[in-house]
Amino acid sequence: MTCSEFLKELTDYLDESMDAQTKAELEDHLQWCHNCYVVCNTTKMTIEIYRESHLYELPDDLRGRLRSAIVSKCKGSGSVASAKSATSESK
Amino acid sequence: MGTIQPKVEEPLSDELKLVHAAKAGDISAFEELVKRYDRNVFRIAQHITQNREDAEDVVQDAFLKAYQNLERFQEQSKFYTWLVRIAVNEALMRLRRRRPERMVSLDEDIKTEDDSMPREVADWAPNPEQLYNQGELKEILGKTIQGLPPSFRTVFVLRDVEGLSTEETADALDLSVPAVKSRLLRARLQLRERLSKYFKNRVGGDGKQ
Repeated sequence: MTCSEFLKELTDYLDESMDAQTKAELEDHLQWCHNCYVVCNTTKMTIEIYRESHLYELPDDLRGRLRSAIVSKCKGSGSVASAKSATSESK
Repeated sequence: MGTIQPKVEEPLSDELKLVHAAKAGDISAFEELVKRYDRNVFRIAQHITQNREDAEDVVQDAFLKAYQNLERFQEQSKFYTWLVRIAVNEALMRLRRRRPERMVSLDEDIKTEDDSMPREVADWAPNPEQLYNQGELKEILGKTIQGLPPSFRTVFVLRDVEGLSTEETADALDLSVPAVKSRLLRARLQLRERLSKYFKNRVGGDGKQ
């Protein structure tokens, strides 16, 4: 397996969506190719760092304001709810 | 070396009960759905628009649109995937408005073949996130992901930050599974490359070139 072939399979490898034979070939390549080992390891760290970063968390006060605004707009909109009640009232 | 599993496992039946109640006119059931997913929608919106004000508007508009169109939700996908699709469209629309000079599309499949080929192969410090304080780290991560094309960062955020499956990401973005995989690989590699300058091991050891 070449480094480019390894790279093409990297996403499936990290997501564990591949057959056992391909996985074994990739892991064999990782045994001796330092560069691919580093790329694989640091790509995995990249994903973990973003996943755990809490980037763009919604602050509680803003969350409360947004939720009130959403509920109020929904109540005042031509919504499922009002359509349903209008239909049942007209029966 | 270990591998990574998506983090979200949704209680589908519970979610569907809320959707059914909301469809029947129960606003508190819909509010429960808002509570369940508002943080995710905000995060996705801010990642795509890179603008706090726009992200706030996207959260409101996406939930309002979802509410107004609940009858159209056919329940063939999860409610969350359907909601994400609405939120992504709203976010892209706002991004286009802010950057009319640049075409913003999820269909763009950016330029050269080698834009994601690894050039930096120095290993990273064992706990790279500890090299910086929380504020510095967020700034680095925000700045780095902002540099990706919108179509790449949208796929990365849905798949790797929010934990949607590849199929759910494809469904939410109206892309094929191979297109999602291709963008995801390139997004992951480009982020890795750009983060390497902040996180690489500076004390010798594994940092061979």
